[in-house]
Amino acid sequence: MVTEVKMTEKYAMPDARGHFGPYGGIFVAETLIPPIQELNEAYQKFLQDPDFISELDADLAHYVGRPSPLYYAERWSRELGGAQIYLKREDLNHTGSHKINNTVGQALLAKRMGKTRIIAETGAGQHGVATATVAARLGLECVVYMGAVDVARQSLNVYRMKLLGATVVAVESGSKTLKDALNEALRDWVTNVDNTFYIIGTVAGPHPYPAMVRDFQAIIGREAKQQCLEMTGKLPDALVACVGGGSNAIGLFYPFIEDPSVRLIGVEAAGDGVKTGRHSAPLCAGRPGVLHGNRTYLMADDDGEIIETHSISAGLDYPGVGPEHAWLKDTGRAEYVNITDDEALEGFYALTRMEGIIPALESSHAMSHVMKLAPTMRKDQIIIVNLSGRGDKDMQTMAKREAIEL
Amino acid sequence: MSRLTAVFENLAQAGRKALIPFVTAGDPTPEFTLPLMHAMVAAGVDVIELGVPFSDPMADGPVIQKASERALANKMSLKKTLAMAAEFRKTNQSTPIVLMGYLNPIEAMGYENFADASQQADIDGVLTVDLPPEEGADCAALLKARGIDTIFLLAPNSSEERIRKMTSIGSGYLYYVSLKGVTGAGHLNIADVENKLKQIKAITTMPVGVGFGVKDAQTAKTIASVGDAVVVGSALISKIENNPANPEQAKAEIIQLLSAMRAAMDAA
Repeated sequence: MVTEVKMTEKYAMPDARGHFGPYGGIFVAETLIPPIQELNEAYQKFLQDPDFISELDADLAHYVGRPSPLYYAERWSRELGGAQIYLKREDLNHTGSHKINNTVGQALLAKRMGKTRIIAETGAGQHGVATATVAARLGLECVVYMGAVDVARQSLNVYRMKLLGATVVAVESGSKTLKDALNEALRDWVTNVDNTFYIIGTVAGPHPYPAMVRDFQAIIGREAKQQCLEMTGKLPDALVACVGGGSNAIGLFYPFIEDPSVRLIGVEAAGDGVKTGRHSAPLCAGRPGVLHGNRTYLMADDDGEIIETHSISAGLDYPGVGPEHAWLKDTGRAEYVNITDDEALEGFYALTRMEGIIPALESSHAMSHVMKLAPTMRKDQIIIVNLSGRGDKDMQTMAKREAIEL
Repeated sequence: MSRLTAVFENLAQAGRKALIPFVTAGDPTPEFTLPLMHAMVAAGVDVIELGVPFSDPMADGPVIQKASERALANKMSLKKTLAMAAEFRKTNQSTPIVLMGYLNPIEAMGYENFADASQQADIDGVLTVDLPPEEGADCAALLKARGIDTIFLLAPNSSEERIRKMTSIGSGYLYYVSLKGVTGAGHLNIADVENKLKQIKAITTMPVGVGFGVKDAQTAKTIASVGDAVVVGSALISKIENNPANPEQAKAEIIQLLSAMRAAMDAA
């Protein structure tokens, strides 16, 4: 664990009931209150437990492969002609994304709580794979809910989950994407509360999930801070990360929240463009509301019905966002921008051809924003961008777009 | 005295139990629901739970999910549901209406606007599935100031502390969810229900309705022997789902089932 670098001291969010200002909280049906209380107690207890922390640290080192490198993208930086760009290489983690940081932590909690069955929702399938992976390792039954649309566009990950022994349930209700997978996972949990642990993959859901997932993902920012200081002798000037639910972004941002010189920039998916209405950018173009257990910015109509979202990347195709991002937006501590599908592809190709690294389509949104941001900054300034996942899972989507048959 | 309290007191005096149907407003069409409400009253129901359709009904099983989808396809909304309730009230001043749904449509309208609109529509109670008492005190206070009851859910795993909390903020009646699961799920265990109701009754004198998993007249009769009200939803709505081309047939089957439940409960 990185302990010698200054981390958050004064910023003490959320409060005891999970509120980030007006956001967050616990908005669930009564049957889920007792298991959420049980989870919260376990999480508070084990977070202070040296045995738990050392087991988690060992898993992160030897199973996940941490620390992940902070890579200086020298050629790409030179090409863009502005700030120096560093990539936080979460794509090099076991299973190929940052999602495993959280599933390793929650699975250890599940084991200590004596739960025998794991459920999860997934969009792109990265969280589903990361969950199926830890469930396989611990010998726990695993059921993953995935929207039928996502099952079709991320079939490689569906196959990976099945290989790992998970049952993948294609969800046919609603828009058949991530939000519907979450609904179905909540329905499963309410039915099987006694033996089941629900591993939520992002910093959303009822308290304590937004705080707990953040705490498990904050390893990204802790490492990045120390690595940046070691490599450059100073803090970065800006952090850039894509935001769907927002777990990789909060993981990177959190240890820097009390460093005011560091800009925190979250990149939402603008799909066909925010003005078209076909997007997944609630922070940029949504309104506060309540969904999936917390109050946050949502994409909803005037009647409060949730609007269908769109993004080329299944992992960002979600109408809500973690409540802490809503708070960081309102307080002005973080900035949120958006990148269209077409722009994201530019980021995808640029990183692939400049640095020989194929990013996930989700992460490509962050890369694309870096292409806009870096040239506006001085050469002695530093950007750390979170390369939250690798693009292997997106080969079919990309090939289809290029009309190539694999 | 609220309309809900009056209904439960009258029933108690007569030694009878309340029959409470749940239907989703605007399912399958906006025109269908209002005549159905009047027909259900004629069949002997005591209170109507009117479902406000929502895009993401997380606590509902497939039957009520699809009811929401059908209603939303016809542009049903919270505003239109309130208008429907107001229309019902023009010719029925005695049957309480409880709005049942999810929080986000109320958030979009604003709590105060919602409380005002509910008062204007002469709504009697509001049950918001994803608004537990910890987060719901503000909304409940606004409703209470307008004479509207807030109904809370209780679950098999609710602690005594939580039951007390519901009884202090809630009013009208408590809705006991008879099983761990979504609406319309599995089969309820009557012995478990009876034990839990004993625990609840030891804490409060508020009437307790029992729902989730009430499928037929026999179950309704059994539940009526232990609870103060029987709530039935999915079993009614499945009639609509099963008669997509013939809503009149669906209505006839709904009334038939409610009449059978009423008769069975009164014979108890």
